[in-house]
Amino acid sequence: MIPMAMSALGRFCQWLEQTSLSQLIQSLAWIVPTVQTVHILAISAVAASALMINLRLIGIAGADQSVQRVARRFLPVIWWAMPVLLASGAVMIIGEPARSLQNPVFQLKMLLVVTALALTGTLHVRLDRDPAWGESGHIGRAAALWTAAASLALWTGIVFAGRWIAYF
Amino acid sequence: MSLDAALRWLQDTVLATVVRENELLFPWVESVHVLAICLVVGTISIVDLRLLGLASLDRAVGQLTRNVLLCTWFAFAVAAVSGALLFSAKAVAYAGNFYFRGKLVLLVLAGLNMAVFHAFSGRGMTHWGAGVVPPPAARMAGAVSLVLWIGVVGFGRWIGFTLH
Repeated sequence: MIPMAMSALGRFCQWLEQTSLSQLIQSLAWIVPTVQTVHILAISAVAASALMINLRLIGIAGADQSVQRVARRFLPVIWWAMPVLLASGAVMIIGEPARSLQNPVFQLKMLLVVTALALTGTLHVRLDRDPAWGESGHIGRAAALWTAAASLALWTGIVFAGRWIAYF
Repeated sequence: MSLDAALRWLQDTVLATVVRENELLFPWVESVHVLAICLVVGTISIVDLRLLGLASLDRAVGQLTRNVLLCTWFAFAVAAVSGALLFSAKAVAYAGNFYFRGKLVLLVLAGLNMAVFHAFSGRGMTHWGAGVVPPPAARMAGAVSLVLWIGVVGFGRWIGFTLH
């Protein structure tokens, strides 16, 4: 990032920290742990859903069901968890703007989140267009394996980065 | 040896000392612990919601359970080992922490709930095919499990804010 943009971000963080909402979050000790608990529970829903889809794509688990059926059960969980994660994440950012927005690990986490969501969206569209996509012997089998591997790596990275924000 | 002496011995072992004093190791083990707990809670919720009849109704309970619980047990083993490492590093402090003790109690209760389910209410599982909502005792087991695991996550998060 260029220095000028950094200082603009720094000024924004300073302003945000002084808002009454930020002051309120900082003054009530129970808000941050409560919101973090909600955040982790929503991540649990996403991580388990992504795991179920990816294990089916690879062919390790749930082979008695089609890829599309597993995706139909678990993709909506990932999408519905996102507003919860965004809202709970926003409370943490407003409570401690500089510690999050200016944190390189936080910035990496957001990059990983955008990538993971783009990958999930692509999978969703592909399965809508071709219900047999990714099944063994069908079109997209190789892409399905790469999608699963990338998705597992990305969500693992997102959870790890979330923990490491506290250390930078 | 008293409990206090045992805790001191534990946190003075080489492994515990390394986890505590290495600046990188502690957050790495924490990251593994968080990921493992997310997968335990997330996958158990899939089973719990099916027991409650709220999701995955198109699948038989037994089939879903076989599919999901292997992941749960693997993740639980990882969470237990990483958790034991974190505990050993600050054994005296964790043992005296209200939320850590509470988390252990909730884990034991979750285990008891599961044992009771398998011994009694879960016996009819073979009859809970696709589209079948399990009987009240099984639904209750699912609800209790959900509440306990949400508590485990909450208490776990509070440890980080109260450990001295």
